[in-house]
Amino acid sequence: MNAPKMRPLIAALAGLVALLTALPALAEVKIQEVTTPKGIKAWLVEEHSIPFAALELRFKGGTSLDLPGKRGATYLMSGLLEEGAADLDARAFARAQESLAASFSYDVGDDALSVSARFLSENRDEAVELLRTSLMEPRFDQDAIDRVRAQVISGIMSDAKDPRDIAANAFTQMAYGEHPYATDGKGTVESVNALTRDDILAAHKGVFARDRLYIGAVGDITPEELSTLLDTLLGDLPETGAPFPGPADVSIDGGVTVVPFDTPQSVALFGQRGIERDDDNFFAAYVMNQILGAGGFESRLMTEVREKRGLTYGIYSYLNPKDWAAVYMGSVASSNDKVAEAIKLVKEEWTRLRDDGVTEKELEDAKTYLTGAYPLRFDGNGEIASILAGMQLQGLPIDYIATRNDKVEAVTLDDVNRVAKELLDPDHLHFVVVGKPDGLESTASN
Amino acid sequence: MLQTIARGLAPLALAAGLFSGLAAPAFSEAPASVTDRVTDFMLDNGMQVVVVEDHRAPVVQQMVWYRAGSADEPKGESGVAHFLEHLMFKATTNMASGELSATVAANGGEDNAFTSYDYTAYYQRVAADRLELMMKMEADRMVNLILSEDDIRTERDVILEERNMRTDNNPRALFGEQMNAAQYLNSRYGLPVIGWRHEMEELSRADALDFYHTYYAPNDAILVVSGDVDPAEVRRLAETYYGVIPANPNLPERIRAQEPPQTAARRLTYKDARVAQPYVSRSYLAPERDPGDQKKAAALTLLAEMLGGGNTSYLAEKLQFDTQAAVWSNAYYSGTSVDRTTFDLVVVPADGVSLEEAEAALDKALADFMERGVDMEQLERIKMQLRASQIYQQDNVDGIANRYGSALAVGLSVKDIQDWPEILQSVTADEIMEAARDVLRPESSVTGWLMRQDEEEVMQ
Repeated sequence: MNAPKMRPLIAALAGLVALLTALPALAEVKIQEVTTPKGIKAWLVEEHSIPFAALELRFKGGTSLDLPGKRGATYLMSGLLEEGAADLDARAFARAQESLAASFSYDVGDDALSVSARFLSENRDEAVELLRTSLMEPRFDQDAIDRVRAQVISGIMSDAKDPRDIAANAFTQMAYGEHPYATDGKGTVESVNALTRDDILAAHKGVFARDRLYIGAVGDITPEELSTLLDTLLGDLPETGAPFPGPADVSIDGGVTVVPFDTPQSVALFGQRGIERDDDNFFAAYVMNQILGAGGFESRLMTEVREKRGLTYGIYSYLNPKDWAAVYMGSVASSNDKVAEAIKLVKEEWTRLRDDGVTEKELEDAKTYLTGAYPLRFDGNGEIASILAGMQLQGLPIDYIATRNDKVEAVTLDDVNRVAKELLDPDHLHFVVVGKPDGLESTASN
Repeated sequence: MLQTIARGLAPLALAAGLFSGLAAPAFSEAPASVTDRVTDFMLDNGMQVVVVEDHRAPVVQQMVWYRAGSADEPKGESGVAHFLEHLMFKATTNMASGELSATVAANGGEDNAFTSYDYTAYYQRVAADRLELMMKMEADRMVNLILSEDDIRTERDVILEERNMRTDNNPRALFGEQMNAAQYLNSRYGLPVIGWRHEMEELSRADALDFYHTYYAPNDAILVVSGDVDPAEVRRLAETYYGVIPANPNLPERIRAQEPPQTAARRLTYKDARVAQPYVSRSYLAPERDPGDQKKAAALTLLAEMLGGGNTSYLAEKLQFDTQAAVWSNAYYSGTSVDRTTFDLVVVPADGVSLEEAEAALDKALADFMERGVDMEQLERIKMQLRASQIYQQDNVDGIANRYGSALAVGLSVKDIQDWPEILQSVTADEIMEAARDVLRPESSVTGWLMRQDEEEVMQ
């Protein structure tokens, strides 16, 4: 795989391959900034060929806004938004939504709560009014709280027996100290059982505010229509919500933590300190990770651990620049008798890339892939709306899509190799292994 | 329940079930319908071709579907269809091992493959001007695969790790495997797509190549191209690259062992220390969509939505709202299948509710439903959503490609696919109840309890 032979078919295609820097035109994503009379800003891509629109709302903060002792409040609150609003109880709300054939989904993570909606042009006003009630006038009926709480607790209990979740929780607990990132945003059985309706109301008040709202809209809607829609939907939001938690103090030492769990395949999660999204070296690090372990079959980790040795079905690494901490993470799963070897290979690849860097060919292949694959993301109104909201949340400029590939192209071999030396830190790369791994024990510290 | 497994980390989500219709726009302002963007034709060698146009972005997806899946495997070689799917990324007489994926990536594209009971499919997503290269490579591996013993050893370890990850590390998957095995008395659907471990360990180069030479041929394949393409150009390219491959005159007819009458309700319990949340699962043998005969499958599709589709469903009403017997309940049915499939129900009991009580509550709810019949307002809401899905699905051309590919691969025709939405709209309340009476019969059912290791079975 490292040195594909020039066999006849590919030789015949050399002409095509040589043209690769001439990238296909990105689907023209014409973003308009809309500012409503009430001062709400949104990015819009008009797309009138299909009579519906997708709307994405992001509220910065997410489960990290939970108040002390109220872990899980934001998560439970987000699960209750579709469980009754204004004069409709949970089932009446669902029936109304089905009658309009609109779809609303609410999702919350460490850093943001997102609302993804899509609705037909023919009943847009009614759909938006229904969505408005779910955001602005949720009922939080006690029976709905109890019903959804039971679902959340069932999920927490399942996570406690799932090797991936066990590994993730062990890692965050080790890495993030007292920060909200250290614990699961779903909360614990105890904390969720203790939540009251007042706690849910407080979480709602903490999340939904103007000063943390980012909006993307794509589809069959004009700027004027969107402007009116947004003032109706969000014009009554309060100006500010709960305080943000502030930066986390990330502490990751090298070594291994084994969490004993009786299952045939060990799941390993590994990580070290990462790099911020707005760091000048971010693109170089991004290209470097593409070569080391990003998804796909071409990465060094996939080649060494899967393709050459058959030690795993999947291995990958990813930069994870969160709002309040930046980490560089990865994961591999191998049967208990093989996971030690997989981990050894990860450390070796981490070290080899730091010490020896990448080749010119690896760099060119990674850049061609990254720039060519970028347009593939823009495949549908909902996806594009989500990208638009995410770009604003990250503070990216409105012309980012048009310039992003240039930033990838600008990364040089020196950049990647310099960043590899600065960033990759095999001595402080920590592995959490959940399973019954042969020949692995927890190291002393941690 | 049908399963699909993929070679890579991000299995393609196959749209299935309720929102799988394709024609009959029901809205006054609806644009040109989906069917207007679909072109289909047949190459001289018997390879079927479908083109789905969407010119909004300069992107294309090529898929090649083979009408060969795990249910077509020889006895004793479970998993060979999926094993071959992995091996198809190794060398051909024209490409080095791994070169196809590397070339796709070097062109800024993504590729993967997946295997199910009835089909195996390969796809690439890439800039539209790279379609020719994709076809050249895909056509090459249809006939020119070379496998070394080294490939076999390494990749067999990979699929065993895949089985570890998907199944052996997951008590819910192990339970599902036992449910399926109990459901089917004779059909190959009773065996897992990924294979039984002891048989996977023995899969050989000869097994993989036999399967390849038996089924991989243009007259057993369907090409589905979606995106920013011109059907005439797709035809020209398809004739150039696939059209020159001779048909396999010895392609076996797809005749499979059929289920005998099922006459005894089956029950099982699966215990595992890794179970956090016990639940009750129930499956019933159910008919599938057949060419020219999809009415019953359409009725079951609506029945599943009626019983299990979210907060407004009948099971949610009875088990989660009127009583608090369950934290969660659902119903599933997908009729896109060569042979008889299943209609599935699941109830996750609330804290303090035993599996026995949860099962009794489920049976009581089903009996009440049979008594009460269809709620006409609910049926109208479901049909409204199905009509709206005609609009939403136009935003997802690759989803349309998947529906055509999977339906054609199980033997349905383009006409069947295009008739399906109207058939769904035409289903009456009486037909839904008739389908419910036919399918929800204890003697063709399996009831399973997924339990914690230390839980006591209390069964009368």
